[in-house]
Amino acid sequence: MEKILMRGNEAVAEAAVRAGCRLYFGYPITPQNEISEYLSFRLPQVGGVFLQAESEVAAIHMVYGAAATGARVMTSSSGPGVSLMQEGLSCLAAAELPCVVVNMSRGGPGVGNIQPAQSDYFQAVKGGGHGDYRLIVLAPSTVQELVDLTYRAFYLADKYRNPVEILGDGMLGQMMEPVTFREPEFPPLPPKDWAIRGKGSGPRKWVVCLDLDPKGLEALNLKLQRKYRLLEEQETDYDTFGDPEPEILLVGFGTVGRILKSVVREGKKEGLKLALFRPITLFPFPKAALFEKAKGVKGILVVEMNLGQMLEDVELVVRGKVPVFFLGHTGGVIPTVSEILEYVHGLLKEEIRV
Amino acid sequence: MPRARVVINREFCKGCALCTYACPRGILVISRDFNSRGYYPVMVTDEEQCAGCGFCAQVCPDVAIAVYRE
Amino acid sequence: MKVVFERPKTLLEKPFTYCPGCHHGLAQRLIAEVIEELGIADRTIGVGPIGCSVYIYEFIDVDFVVGAHGRAPAIATGIKRSLPDRVVFSYQGDGDIAAIGTAEIIHVANRGELITSFFVNNAVFGMTGGQMAPTTLLGQKTKTTPLGRDPQVHGFPFRLGECLSVLEGSAYIARVALTRPQFIRQAKECIRKAFLTQMEGKGFSLIEILSPCPTNWGMSPKEAVDWLEEKMIPYFPLGELKVKGCNSRETP
Ligand SMILES: Cc1ncc(C[n+]2csc(CCOP(=O)(O)OP(=O)(O)O)c2C)c(N)n1
Ligand code: SF4
Ligand code: SF4
Repeated sequence: MEKILMRGNEAVAEAAVRAGCRLYFGYPITPQNEISEYLSFRLPQVGGVFLQAESEVAAIHMVYGAAATGARVMTSSSGPGVSLMQEGLSCLAAAELPCVVVNMSRGGPGVGNIQPAQSDYFQAVKGGGHGDYRLIVLAPSTVQELVDLTYRAFYLADKYRNPVEILGDGMLGQMMEPVTFREPEFPPLPPKDWAIRGKGSGPRKWVVCLDLDPKGLEALNLKLQRKYRLLEEQETDYDTFGDPEPEILLVGFGTVGRILKSVVREGKKEGLKLALFRPITLFPFPKAALFEKAKGVKGILVVEMNLGQMLEDVELVVRGKVPVFFLGHTGGVIPTVSEILEYVHGLLKEEIRV
Repeated sequence: MPRARVVINREFCKGCALCTYACPRGILVISRDFNSRGYYPVMVTDEEQCAGCGFCAQVCPDVAIAVYRE
Repeated sequence: MKVVFERPKTLLEKPFTYCPGCHHGLAQRLIAEVIEELGIADRTIGVGPIGCSVYIYEFIDVDFVVGAHGRAPAIATGIKRSLPDRVVFSYQGDGDIAAIGTAEIIHVANRGELITSFFVNNAVFGMTGGQMAPTTLLGQKTKTTPLGRDPQVHGFPFRLGECLSVLEGSAYIARVALTRPQFIRQAKECIRKAFLTQMEGKGFSLIEILSPCPTNWGMSPKEAVDWLEEKMIPYFPLGELKVKGCNSRETP
C-alpha cells in the first residue's frame, strides 16, 4: 500500500474523513490548526460539513447536535480549548452520544504555552467535566498509529455510544511521517435506531442528558458503569517492547513511548535489561496487563511530559508491590534518552529510592 | 339547547382563572371541588349564555378547554 | 357542532408541569399548532432548554434533543447542518438564551442558520427560583436584586430581539405576548412566519414571547398578565422587529 508523508494533524484529519466522519466543528488553537485547515477543504469534497464555531463551547455542542442525528462527527482542540469542551463532553457521555475529540495537547496550566506536553491526562482520563462518566481515551505514539486509532476511535464511539478522545500532543501533531491508510475491518455495528432524524412515520424519540428522578439518574449511571466495565474487558490495548524479563519496566504513553523505545534500545547496548509498557488505551487503562508485566521487576519507571499524572494509575495497579519511580518534564521540555538512561542507572545502583 | 358548548378538562385545569377574565359573558368560575392534583378547576355556570367565542380556550395556559358551536 | 377550539393533536395529551398561569404551556401550544398546520411534525426536530420548560420534549409530539443550559442554538446548528432538510427549532428561557447562551444565539443568528428560535422572556430565572435575569426590568425585585434592579450595578434589561435584528443573518424577528386572544392570534401568525422563513431558506428566525412568571413575581396569574402588559410591553415593545429586506416595526 502506498505510503504518504504526512503531518500528524493532517493525517488524523484524512483518517477521520476515510472513517466516515462527515461533520467537523472546531475553533482554532495551536498546535492543531492544521486539522481544521485540512478539513475545511477536504470535508466539502465528500459532501461533508466543516464549520468554524465561535468557541470551543459552541463547537462541542454542535458536535452534540450532529451526533444526536447519528452522523459521524468530530472536533479537535488543545488544552485550553478542551477545557472549554468539558461541559459538552459530560453531556455527550450522559446522553450516550458517539463522537471523536482530538486533543493535541500543549503546556498548561492556564493558557500555558504552545509546546507539546501531556498534562491533560487527568482531564482526559479522570473526567474533566462533572459527573461519574468516562471518555474512551486513545494515545497514539506515531503518525501511523494516529491514523489507525482514528479509524478505531469512530468505531468504538459508535459501538459503545460514547465520546472518544484521541490524546496526542503538539509534537505528534506537527511531526511528519510516512503513513498508509489501511482501512481496518471492524465487525458490523448495530443500526443507530436511537438517532434523532425527525419522527417520520415512526414513534418520536428524544435524546437528553438529564433525569430529574433520582432512581432514573442512578439507573443511567449504573448503565454507564456497566459499559465502562465492558470496555475494560474488551477494548484495553497496550504495546510492549524490549527484554522479556526486564529489571526495570519503563511506562509511558504517546510521544514518551517513542522516547522510551530508544531508551530500551540504548540501554541494551549498555547491558541493561529494560522493557517498555505503553498503554494505548488510557481509558480503559490496561490494568491487568501492566500488573502481569510488573511481576518480578526491580522497579517501574514512569516517564511523562507532565509532573506525574498517569503515574497515579500505575501506582494503583501495582499497589505497592513494586517500587514506582517517576521522571517528568512539562511546559514543553521533552525528556531525553540520555537523561532517562542516567536515571535508570541510578535506580539500579540504588542511588534513587522511592 | 345551548348554542355553544364549553368542555373543561378538569384534570388539566390548574385554576389560574385567566379564562374567567377573558370570558365576555362572565360564565366561568372557579369550582369548589378540587381535582386529583389538588387544583380547583373552572366550571361553566350557565352554558346557555355561552357565545362560543373561544376566548377562554385561547388564553388557557394549560390548553384545558375545548369550545364547540352550532 | 363546529369546533371553535380543540387541543392540537401535536400537543401530547398530558397536563403541563408549569405553575398555574405560566405561559410556557400556551407558547408550546401555539408552536404545536403551527407545526401541525404546516404538516411538518414528521420532519421537525426541537431542541429544548434548561429551565422550567426543560420537559418540553414531553409535550410536543416531535423528535427532541436537550443538552446543556444555553447551548440549544449550537445543538440546533449541529442538527441542521447534519440534516439540512429537517425543520429545526429551539426553545429557551431568558437566562438560557440571553445570559449563559448569549454567544451561541448571536452567532447562530449571524450565520443566518436556518433554524427557528423561541425565546420565552419572563424577566426572571424561573427554574432556579426567581433570580435576576438579563431581561429583569429596572427596579424589579428578584431573589438576587432584593432592592430592585439597579442599572449602576446590574446594567440594563437586555433587548435580545433588537440586538439580533441588526445582524445580517437574521431574517425574521418578532416579539409577541400571549395575554389576550388578539395577541395570541398575532403571535401564532408570527410563529407561522418564523417557521416559513426557515423553510424558505431566508435565514434565522426568532420569536420572543413575553411571558408571566406568577410564582416568582409573587403575583396571582391575573396580576401577572396585567403587570406584563403594564410594565414589560412598554420596555419590550411588541411587533415584528425584522422582516428580511425591510426593517418594519409594525404589529402584524
Ligand atoms: C451551567 C449551568 N449553570 C446554571 C444552571 C442552573 N440553571 C438552570 S435553569 C437556569 C435559568 C433558568 O431561567 P430561564 O432560562 O430564564 O428559564 P425559565 O426557567 O425562567 O423558563 C439556571 C441558571 C445550569 N443548569 N447549568
Ligand atoms: S367560549 Fe367565550 S363565552 Fe363561552 S365560556 Fe368561553 S369565553 Fe365565555
Ligand atoms: S416558575 Fe415561573 S416560569 Fe417556571 S413554571 Fe412557574 S410560572 Fe412558569
